[in-house]
Amino acid sequence: MTVIQRLRYSRFWPMLWKEFIQMRRDRLTFLMMTGLPAIQLLLFGYAIQTDVRHLKTVVLDESRTAESRALVTVMANTGNFDVIGQVANRDGIRIAIENGEANAALVIPPDYARDVMRGRTATAQMIVDAADPQSSAAAISGAQLAAQVRATQIVGERLSIAPPLDMRVRPWFNPAQRSAVFIVPGVIGILLTITMTLIAGIAVVRERERGTLEQLVVTPIGKTSLMLGKLIPFVVVGYVQMTVVMGLGKLIFDIPVRGSVILLYALTVPFIVASLGVGLFISTFARNQGQAMQLAFFFMLPNILLSGYIFPRMAMPEPAQWIGLALPLTYYLKVLRGILLKGVGFGELWRPTAALVALALVLLAVSVRRFTKTID
Amino acid sequence: MSSSAAAAPAAGLPPAVETVGLRKTFGPLVAVDRLDLTIHRGEVFGLLGPNGSGKTTTIRMLCGLLTPSAGTAVVVGHDVAADPEAVRMRIGYMSQRYGLYDDLTVDENIKFYATVYGLHGRARTERLEAHMRDIGITEFRSKLAGTLSGGWKQRLALACATAHEPEMLFLDEPTAGVDPAARRAFWTSIYDLAARGTTILVTTHYMDEAERCQRLAFLSRGHLIGLGTVKEILAQFKQPTIEDVFIELQRRDEGAAA
Repeated sequence: MTVIQRLRYSRFWPMLWKEFIQMRRDRLTFLMMTGLPAIQLLLFGYAIQTDVRHLKTVVLDESRTAESRALVTVMANTGNFDVIGQVANRDGIRIAIENGEANAALVIPPDYARDVMRGRTATAQMIVDAADPQSSAAAISGAQLAAQVRATQIVGERLSIAPPLDMRVRPWFNPAQRSAVFIVPGVIGILLTITMTLIAGIAVVRERERGTLEQLVVTPIGKTSLMLGKLIPFVVVGYVQMTVVMGLGKLIFDIPVRGSVILLYALTVPFIVASLGVGLFISTFARNQGQAMQLAFFFMLPNILLSGYIFPRMAMPEPAQWIGLALPLTYYLKVLRGILLKGVGFGELWRPTAALVALALVLLAVSVRRFTKTID
Repeated sequence: MSSSAAAAPAAGLPPAVETVGLRKTFGPLVAVDRLDLTIHRGEVFGLLGPNGSGKTTTIRMLCGLLTPSAGTAVVVGHDVAADPEAVRMRIGYMSQRYGLYDDLTVDENIKFYATVYGLHGRARTERLEAHMRDIGITEFRSKLAGTLSGGWKQRLALACATAHEPEMLFLDEPTAGVDPAARRAFWTSIYDLAARGTTILVTTHYMDEAERCQRLAFLSRGHLIGLGTVKEILAQFKQPTIEDVFIELQRRDEGAAA
């Protein structure tokens, strides 16, 4: 038989054909293909805001001068504060913060403008609801920034000289410093992990549960055909999900696609293989779909927490960083963010790629070894 | 049952099944022990025994689903352990759970298994049509397998297991939980297959089915304790019916366990 004939009559095709029919009839899978990417995208894209901005702020301006209004403007311009109104006295501040109407309050004392005019050190006060340390940190840094900016302006006006130092920060790749830009590429990685480990793992376990795996094992279908036919449809689903997220990400969150999409699709292969390896591995342990689901979720948790998807790995204690090194997602996130946000090529990404390929080979080898064509 | 399908070894062909010292252990449990069994070509052979006597384990070893712990099993001329793929091409297997895809139609189930067994193109189409006619399921061809009744599922499973016209067919309690009419129809199909030269190994709990087999083997606690035609078995155990043999065996088992 020629290679073409062998390919044409491979027992891989009926498996693939059957799998696609089943997928088409399974409403849950269809939902998962389209709904899951959309939900994940909106959930993570909108809800996860690690940068706290637009803190609702009330102002108690006892100075009521052009000077005090200038300070309020500078504060608002940092972007960390949204001035939602004026209050008449200290009680007004207390009530606003206690009610949750405001997270911060700016108090400008009556002698603020006079102090500025006379060249004395003027004081203003920032009151912060610090119950949530992330928002209070944003308020504190915003207040400090505003004070410096205004102080420099005042010194400049007073002495009629240019400011001695102007530090210009250029936030590359994500100039507006939006969380979504950081998170959404990661959503692709998370979705692929779910699809390949959970859904593919369950699909194999389901065949075992229903007794069809036993039936398949007595047929002459080879182990490779069996697994390829079973798993390739999920690879297709994965690429569809990935494309959907990139499209919606561009549309809704204006996520850039700076690098080569083809390179991204290519470098996704080792990640998918590695994740399928995990899914297959799970399927060799789990005796029923419930167990498979539990095992897959058990695997998802470190992926969400330790891969750098949301929390920066640099901030983690070392043991947590080591665990992260064993996760395919850790490396794939570098690929995703590298290509989408930085627009880098293979030259910059060969290290994470090599790690992905290595993990893929190990995981696949282990799970294929465990997946034997007998049932004992 | 026609006499032409009698238990005579076909000339030139190795026996359908030949096991020597076949043994399977699961940890400390010995499921099948030192089983020597020969099944001739074209036979309808019944494997009987109480629950846990090793029937299913034996069938699973013969199909290559389980690896024997010791001994050899040669099925349709090929060693199960050494060359499982050669065996798989030539056998059909129908488990108690049928192995059907509930979310595929009748058509698609047969087509899937036929293609997995290497049938393609017109040969496949013709075979499928003939098979569906044989089992009378043509009118349900586009129904999902999951919506069929037990009897129809059983017939569909038989069609799937025999789509490639195997030399040897293993049936593990094929009629469990099926109504009497469906059982009768099923056995008609079995005799049709046997008349065309297919060797059949069937396990069952139904005594009337046991009596339809040409030869029987009784297993008890993993051991072969009786082998022969129905008449020979009755004589060996000095019982009036196969059912009495069965009850006698179960009594002995329980006596041994106590």
